[in-house]
Order: sequence, then C-alpha cells, then structure tokens
Amino acid sequence: MLEKEHDLGELYREIILDHYRSPRGQKEITDPDIVNEGQNPVCGDEIEMKVRMKGDIVDDLGIHCAGCAISVASGSMLSEIAKGKSIPELKKIAAAIKAMLTGGEVDKEIDLGELSDVEVLEGVRQFPVRVKCALLAWVTLIEGLERYENGQSGSEAATTDDRSAVD
Amino acid sequence: MSHPETRMKTDVLRPPFVSETLDVERIRKDFPILSRRVHGNPLIYLDSAATSQKPQAVIDALSQYYSEYNANVHRGLHTLSEEATAQFEFARKRVAEWVGGVGLDELIYTKGTTESINLVAATWGEQNIQKGDRIVLSRMEHHANLIPWLRLAEKSGAEIGYIEHHSDGTLDMDSAASVIDERTKLVALTHVSNVLGTVNPVKEVVALARRFGAVILVDGAQAIPHFSVDIPALGVDFYAFSAHKMLGPTGVGFLFGRRELLESMPPYQAGGEMIRLVTYEKATWADLPQKFEAGTPNIADVIAFGSALDYLEQLGMDSVRAHDKMLVGKTLDAFRDMEWVTVYGPDNPELHVGAVSFDVEGIHPHDLSQFLDSKGVAIRAGHHCAQPLVKSLGMGSVSRASYYIYNTLEEVDTLIDSLVEARKYFVG
Repeated sequence: MLEKEHDLGELYREIILDHYRSPRGQKEITDPDIVNEGQNPVCGDEIEMKVRMKGDIVDDLGIHCAGCAISVASGSMLSEIAKGKSIPELKKIAAAIKAMLTGGEVDKEIDLGELSDVEVLEGVRQFPVRVKCALLAWVTLIEGLERYENGQSGSEAATTDDRSAVD
Repeated sequence: MSHPETRMKTDVLRPPFVSETLDVERIRKDFPILSRRVHGNPLIYLDSAATSQKPQAVIDALSQYYSEYNANVHRGLHTLSEEATAQFEFARKRVAEWVGGVGLDELIYTKGTTESINLVAATWGEQNIQKGDRIVLSRMEHHANLIPWLRLAEKSGAEIGYIEHHSDGTLDMDSAASVIDERTKLVALTHVSNVLGTVNPVKEVVALARRFGAVILVDGAQAIPHFSVDIPALGVDFYAFSAHKMLGPTGVGFLFGRRELLESMPPYQAGGEMIRLVTYEKATWADLPQKFEAGTPNIADVIAFGSALDYLEQLGMDSVRAHDKMLVGKTLDAFRDMEWVTVYGPDNPELHVGAVSFDVEGIHPHDLSQFLDSKGVAIRAGHHCAQPLVKSLGMGSVSRASYYIYNTLEEVDTLIDSLVEARKYFVG
C-alpha cells in the first residue's frame, strides 16, 4: 500500500509552533464594526473576531481562537496581515491562501512571501484534513467583511463548510 | 452439506485458556492488519471504540460465503439458497444465545445500533409518544441515542428530560429518580458511554422506569463487545448493538425487542421479505422477525458475525473484560501522575470500560492525534458523536484511546511516552 508523502515537520514548522505558543492579535477591540464567529465543527476549532473599520480599510482587529495549532497560528498570522488592508485586498489574499492550500490557481498579483509568515502554511497541503483549520480564520474574516459591505453588522457563526466566503 | 455448527467453528484457538487475562501474543497473530506499518512505525491501534479490527476467521467467513454458497436468503428452494438461509439463521441463533437466550423472533437484524434505535423511534416512538409525554435520556448519549429522540420530541410535542451524571462520569441516581416521572413514556440509556467509559446501572434504571410503566431502550454498542450481557436478566424492552465493535464486519447490528412490543409496532421499512400476502391494493406483514427486515440483508456479514462470536467465545468474555480492565487501569494510573493530563470518566477501572478520553494541556486533540499518527499510534480526537457531552466537559473536542483484545501493556507505555514527546514538541 503506497503511503502518501508525510512529513510532520512540514505541517508543524517552527514558525507555526511559535505562532501557536504566542498568538498575535489577541486583543480587545472597543466599538467594533464587525463581530464574527467561526467554527470548524469537525475538530472543534472556534474563533471570534472583532474588527474596527475606517471606510473599507481594516483599522484594527482582535482575534480569539481556541483550537488546534494550525487554526490558532493561521489566525495569528491573519492578525499581522489584515491591519491597514482594504476589503478588496483582503479578499484577494484570502483567495490566494486558499489556492496555496488546495492547489488551486494562484493569483500572480499576490506575493504570499511578503505577508507575515503565511507562506509556511503551505505544508498543510500534505494534510488535506487540516486545510479547514488553516482557512477558518480567513473564512471568518471574509464573511464578516462581506456582511459589513452589504450594510449589516452583528455576529453569526461562519463555519468552514461555507466555501463561498473565500472564492 | 455440512452441518452449520461445524462449518462455523474456528479452530485457530484451542481452549482451555487458563490465564486470567488473554494470551495477546497469540491473538495478535490472528489479526493480519496488526502487521501494518504506519509512517515507518508499527501500527498501534487504539481506536476500537470506533471500530474493532477483524481476525482472519471473520475475514475468511466473508470470502467463504461468497466463494461457496452465496445466494439470497429466505426466498429460494435451491441448494445454495437453503445453505445461505441456514447459515444466516444459525448466526441469528448464535446472537440470541450470546445475549442471554432471547427469542429468535425478538432479535431483528439491522445494519447497526444507529438503525436499531431509529427503527424504534420511527415505529414504537411515533405510535406511542404524544404531546406532553416525557422521554428521558442521560447526558452522555451518543448522537444515535439522542437525535432520533430530539426529532421525535419535536414532531410529537413531547419533552426531553435528562438524567445528570457526577463529575466522575457515573450516573446520578437521585437525578434519575426525580426526572423519571409519571409523564415518562420512554427511558433511553447507554449501557457504556463511548466517551466516558462509564458503565451504567441498567437494572436500577429499569426499576425506576417500571414505577411508571415506561418503556426502556438501551444502547449496548460499547457494552456487548466488552462483557457478557444477559438481556432477559436486565429486564429491558429494547436493546441495540453492532457487530463491528466486536470483531464483526461493519453494516450489521441487532435490535432486541420484547415480543409484545414488536408485535404491536408497525413495520419500519417496507418491501420484500417483510410481507405475507400482497395485492395491488394492500399488503399484510410477515411474522417476526421478518416483519422488520425488509430487503436483502447483509448476508455474508451476518454470517461472519457468527464467526466473530465464535472467536470471542473461545477467549471467554470474563477474560476479555479482565484484559480491558488491566489496560484501562494502567492508563488511568499513568494519567493520574501526569499533571498536564485531564482524564474524563470514572477513575476506577471496575466502573470504566474500553475508552479513556483525556485532554493534554497545551495540545489540541487534533494536533495530538496528528502527532501520534506520525508515530503509528491511532487514537481518535473530536466530539466522538457526543457534541453536547464534550461541550459539557468544557471542551470543543477531546482525545480518546480505546482498547480491545489485541492491545498490549507495551502499547499503553508507547501511548504514554508519545504524549510526553508531544508535550515537548508543542509546549516546549
């Protein structure tokens, strides 16, 4: 029986473990414009996100993620990337990350190497079951941003079954 | 044609086995999958609560059926059909004896515990549960013994009452006595919890139910694999269990139901086999058990389940239980000394069967099971089909190691060592 390529070190690279042990972005946001929750029901990852906007730019955001190392690390990296970016930019970045993880078509405009440490998530590709963990934070963010764009606010739970949020 | 009894006996193991626990070295040789390697390591399979591995005798029984006497049951007059039918019904007889000698007409073949419970909910349940009635459950039920009742309650307007349990996972009998009241029409309870490992005092709960004439259904999926269950002695109305958690193939389960109840219930699925006379206008039903066995059953797998019972019989269920107690006991002892491990369920291996669920501080169960997998150790992480229970433990998910007859004390050692390694890897 052929075993697929598997190197645990690719999944849990030192940078990811660092983000897991000391996750960035865990702060309170007063008067958030967006509050959104996300869940990965399969393995019990839960994330709560609060975002303060200035127009269509993310002014500040706070993340609280209780979950596996991949979901926490991804949320931590997101908090370093999102600040100061516009909604259209963030949608493109989310799509690029999804493409990196699922082997989809990569947008040449986005250089993930320039964005925090998010490139190290590429190892998750070898572990398809964990892709949802890596995408949870982004799915949650984009869903919140889209609702904000449509003039809604308040929280609803995103789950990583909602593919449309990151397309 | 050889007599069914001779055809089915396995001669791989020869009694008598004098050891109080099991000769695991010998047993492991009967399980071909245990020689697999996973990521370069020997497989250490600690997920038998999810499904058990199968001995060669069971695998052979499947092939033998398809190679030698495959035919549809109950329908034909030709030789193959007679042989298949005889073997199928002989397997049912084996199962009936296994659970304390219930009537053959009281033992319905289903595709598993989940289907067994759904059958009762859809027939007896819909017929007998009305608005204002109470269905009593414990808070440690598997989704299979929770969701059918939630649906029934919603549909009928009945309410659900819950029996609480103590922090060590044992059932709170004061809570049971107070929640089972005159409105209660049904008590549905798990015999052994697949998360906490708790063995529930079924007879005592039956007594509480009988005060008000309530019907009692027991989910025995995690019980029957681990110890002898005498269904008539328990005094229950319905009892459900699966083959695949006790060396049998997937896709097979049984429902015991008291004859009077089964006779009063309408059929579950309709189709072939479960009828007597059919016109274009109506149909009449077959006798029990066929009334509830529509369509072609999982013939090979029911027969192979008989082989699984043969295998367990040669080991002796007392030894099976003693072995499990030893492994669970060793795990509980080790975990007790690890300050960063939280264990769920009873601390006493007398009251704790099969599954040990736990949490490692600083490591999410998903990461832990990934790490252990890279060492060849298979545990399970998640909500274990018991989301509300796991949430009530304050967790989104927990890790679970579960044992069966082919696991060794050395494997428990490897589990513990791997947890120590994982702790260094993730926490530092």
